Amino acid sequence: MLDRREFVQELLVGRKDLLVVSGLGSPTYDVAACGDHPLNFYLWGAMGGAAMIGLGLALAQPARRVLVLTGDGEALMGLGSLATIGIKQPGNLVIIVLDNQHYGETGMQPSHTRAGVDLVAVARACRFTDGLYVSEIGAAGRVRDLVHNGGGPILVQARIANDEAPRVLPIRDGRAIKLRFTEALSSTMG
Amino acid sequence: MSNRTKTALHWPDTIHAQFRRVGIRQVGYVPDAGHSRLIELCVKDPNIHDVVLTTEEEGVGLVAGATLGGQRAALLMQSSGVGNCINMFSLLKNCGFPCLVLVTMRGEFAEFNPWQVPMGSITESSLKLCGFLTYRVEEPNDVDDMVGGGCDMAFSGDLQVAILLSQRLIGRKQWNK
Repeated sequence: MLDRREFVQELLVGRKDLLVVSGLGSPTYDVAACGDHPLNFYLWGAMGGAAMIGLGLALAQPARRVLVLTGDGEALMGLGSLATIGIKQPGNLVIIVLDNQHYGETGMQPSHTRAGVDLVAVARACRFTDGLYVSEIGAAGRVRDLVHNGGGPILVQARIANDEAPRVLPIRDGRAIKLRFTEALSSTMG
Repeated sequence: MSNRTKTALHWPDTIHAQFRRVGIRQVGYVPDAGHSRLIELCVKDPNIHDVVLTTEEEGVGLVAGATLGGQRAALLMQSSGVGNCINMFSLLKNCGFPCLVLVTMRGEFAEFNPWQVPMGSITESSLKLCGFLTYRVEEPNDVDDMVGGGCDMAFSGDLQVAILLSQRLIGRKQWNK
């Protein structure tokens, strides 16, 4: 099984212009632990909304790669959005579900993926162009390549160990997160 | 055809013209009879990404993402859809994402289906509790001004604005087909 911090670090190394949306709870802390970045949109709430934020961003910025990094519980809450994304076919959107099969933030209650719900199969059924299940760090390079150079929409279900990593808390002011994101994005546009 | 009937038939075109004026580039919606003409216009418009949703709640995320990416977005929904969005609306308020929601009302004038009434009767107050400015349109002749004003408030002030299109404006749902 993957160590969540090591895996996310591997994905974001040399990230350049990548736009990142992180789902509430541990994925937000994982992304922050790789070093704060203005092109991170950290969610602290809006559970179930991460993938759709990714879609809106991907449609608005077709020349940029968009990565949504979220957890299994967050992804399950927005399962319908996979159908919405699937029919819209954004070629620049990758969703990575860090799957520890539990709701970490509320005390490690088992999630639907624990009981066998297969998010890769759901994504494929929703017409995602690629779906991948990974559980070993050796696959990180391939996933990073999909994030930066693959098509889309792609969903990766990454089976991580369910150890709790130390919390790394980024800024929480939603307006500040938004403003620095939009400023950084416009300053990197040609 | 009287002037009133003419305007009544064209209010969705009026809204679409306002979308073009303020440069709305993404429109999220769940299929809806009241919004059918406006949805058609958005789907045909090459400047608009039309995004059909499985639930209205998804549209709130769409608006946030569009704004982050530098595009303006609007949502079309029925009053029942407002109830599907409540927690997700906190995203708009927390981050100050501008949002224009056009709500076709059910559960009020000449409603045949009582199941529409509970949500329809709390739609406007729910929106207000979620931080929306709400404006109600009863007359076709008011659509242009109200929607235009709503767009300007939303996008110049990073505000959440809902325009409620009354059931009387939209017309009775025909149940005899």
